[in-house]
Amino acid sequence: METQTTPYCGEGPDAAGLFGRFGGAYMPETLMPALDALTRAFEAAIADPAFWSAYRGILSDYVGRPSPLFLAERLSAALDGAQIYLKREDLNHTGAHKINNCVGQILLAQRMGKRRVIAETGAGQHGVATATVCALFGLECAVYMGAEDMARQAANVRRMRLLGAEVRAVHAGTATLKDAMNEALRDWITNVGDTYYLLGTGAGPHPYPRLVREFQRIIGIETREQILTKTGRLPDAMVACVGGGSNAIGFFHPFLAEPAVRFYGVEAGGLGLVSGKHAACLGAGSPGVLHGNLTYLLQDGDGQIINAYSISAGLDYPGVGPEHALLHECGRVKYESATDAEALDAFHWLARLEGILPALESAHALAFARKLAPTLGRDQNLVVCLSGRGDKDVDTVIAHQEAAQ
Amino acid sequence: MNRIDHTLARLRQRPRSALVSYFTAGDPDFATSLRLLQGLGAAGADLIELGLPFSDPVADGPAIQAAHIRARAAGQTAARTLELVQALRQSDAQTPVILMGYLNPVMQYGAAGFMQDAARAGVDGLILVDLPVEHMAPYHQLAQEAGLHLIRMTAPTSDDVRLEKVLQGATGFVYHVTLTGTTGAASCTAAQVETALAQVRRHTTLPLAAGFGIRTPVQVRELAGVAELIVVGSRLVEVLAAQGVEAALAEVQALAAALRG
Repeated sequence: METQTTPYCGEGPDAAGLFGRFGGAYMPETLMPALDALTRAFEAAIADPAFWSAYRGILSDYVGRPSPLFLAERLSAALDGAQIYLKREDLNHTGAHKINNCVGQILLAQRMGKRRVIAETGAGQHGVATATVCALFGLECAVYMGAEDMARQAANVRRMRLLGAEVRAVHAGTATLKDAMNEALRDWITNVGDTYYLLGTGAGPHPYPRLVREFQRIIGIETREQILTKTGRLPDAMVACVGGGSNAIGFFHPFLAEPAVRFYGVEAGGLGLVSGKHAACLGAGSPGVLHGNLTYLLQDGDGQIINAYSISAGLDYPGVGPEHALLHECGRVKYESATDAEALDAFHWLARLEGILPALESAHALAFARKLAPTLGRDQNLVVCLSGRGDKDVDTVIAHQEAAQ
Repeated sequence: MNRIDHTLARLRQRPRSALVSYFTAGDPDFATSLRLLQGLGAAGADLIELGLPFSDPVADGPAIQAAHIRARAAGQTAARTLELVQALRQSDAQTPVILMGYLNPVMQYGAAGFMQDAARAGVDGLILVDLPVEHMAPYHQLAQEAGLHLIRMTAPTSDDVRLEKVLQGATGFVYHVTLTGTTGAASCTAAQVETALAQVRRHTTLPLAAGFGIRTPVQVRELAGVAELIVVGSRLVEVLAAQGVEAALAEVQALAAALRG
């Protein structure tokens, strides 16, 4: 195993799509030319000021950016430690950070002349965001979703259908996000000529991890401006939840070269890492290849992928973005985990203290921030990425509340 | 001499296209799978392609996905697949065996050890569907050292620039995916395959295999002489699942007769 001596600060990937030894494009030959074409289209787009102008325009006038940076005073007072700021991605149109990436990629799909868009979704947030931008741009949209997730997130299934997308149930395997991604890849292999695959997280084959990061960096770019305006300095610590890791990478990336800032990625600890029922790839997984990239996975000794588990459908994935794998190995970001119970507790805590229902994904980040803040002085600033809102999770939370009584 | 080279050289003398039969290792269980493999040579399969079961076979359609699930449920692993080939070699020392699968199980076994153990078990070649030429160099080297062919794949989406890159240093034969789709998808016409293979031939002198979307003796007959190797997979896997070993071997016989007829 290679070890990094100087911490990685976000310089990657290289031309082959590698972040250190992680990432790459491990895909069937049929898709390799399409990935090359996507890379070329992406390079041309990001060099074109008109592309960024269109992206920024949609983010401000349609998504509602910039999203606020909110000082959670009652939370901070309750913990008697660091000042806690919340980056309010939950206030975006469609209710999560997922839309940032979708806006960037739909503009790419349009530039590439594609008429049809496909996507995978776990919690349904990326599916809703994809269905939304497809409606906005008048493109045909098919979203693959595990049958298990469709049951857990029925409201999002209805939203996607209302937005004009076709939701295709995936019954194969575990019927969750991993299988939805397999099925989306099979669709792409079959319809690669006219179809754009709008991948929702910072994983998958090159160029997706880079592309998703670039379109999610807006979170960190805004946070930087806002925290400097409010406090006159950079934050001391930043916390975000990590499934595939798209909100975390977008949030952290503009700060990675700042030695004074500490970063914490929070994986889904499920029923606890020792239970084996979790989604903590960095905490308890090992490197391997799945869905086109070399990264940390949940797998057995035979290289078979093990089912992830989390109360949060959006974190229920047995892999993680390759840039996180490198940030973990070089120690630049510390990866922690929060259990289902801790996340549920944090959900109620934020609801009661600040009047915000967080997505269960984001509640994992809050659960860790709750432990971290009291260890920091009152003069320290801690920013948590509140990646999505909890409306979609209300039924799940109430069911657990009732079961506990 | 590697059995693949030997078989292809022998068929070049005839000349006749080779039938490649695909089944998933350990489907539906180790003993049944072994019995099937032992019958393939006599049924007329010129080469045996054996699927390495994987939890997430993204290039495979429903028939082969189901086979992977059955095999894994019966305890098939990469190590057990090598045992299966070793057991086959007791009764069939000649028919070339090519393992086809995904990179991760090979990587977790340890690529160098896997190649060596596979060669020792009697494997002749390896196809890793999600290992494109960009990442192939270290694996190509290990395969060479073990005396295995690491087979390159080409697709309808590969243009001339890409074909040149993919086929640089290729050995054994080249596996051309005849359609943009997963295994077992809608079939292709012989004329389409002929055009596609002519393009591939501009970049290699190796024998060409046509696979994906070939299901019937009629299709096989039409492709005779067009491709040096003709691969049938999903159809055979479906027959095995629905009707068992004897019916699957009869299906192989019918396909083989179409090439010899």
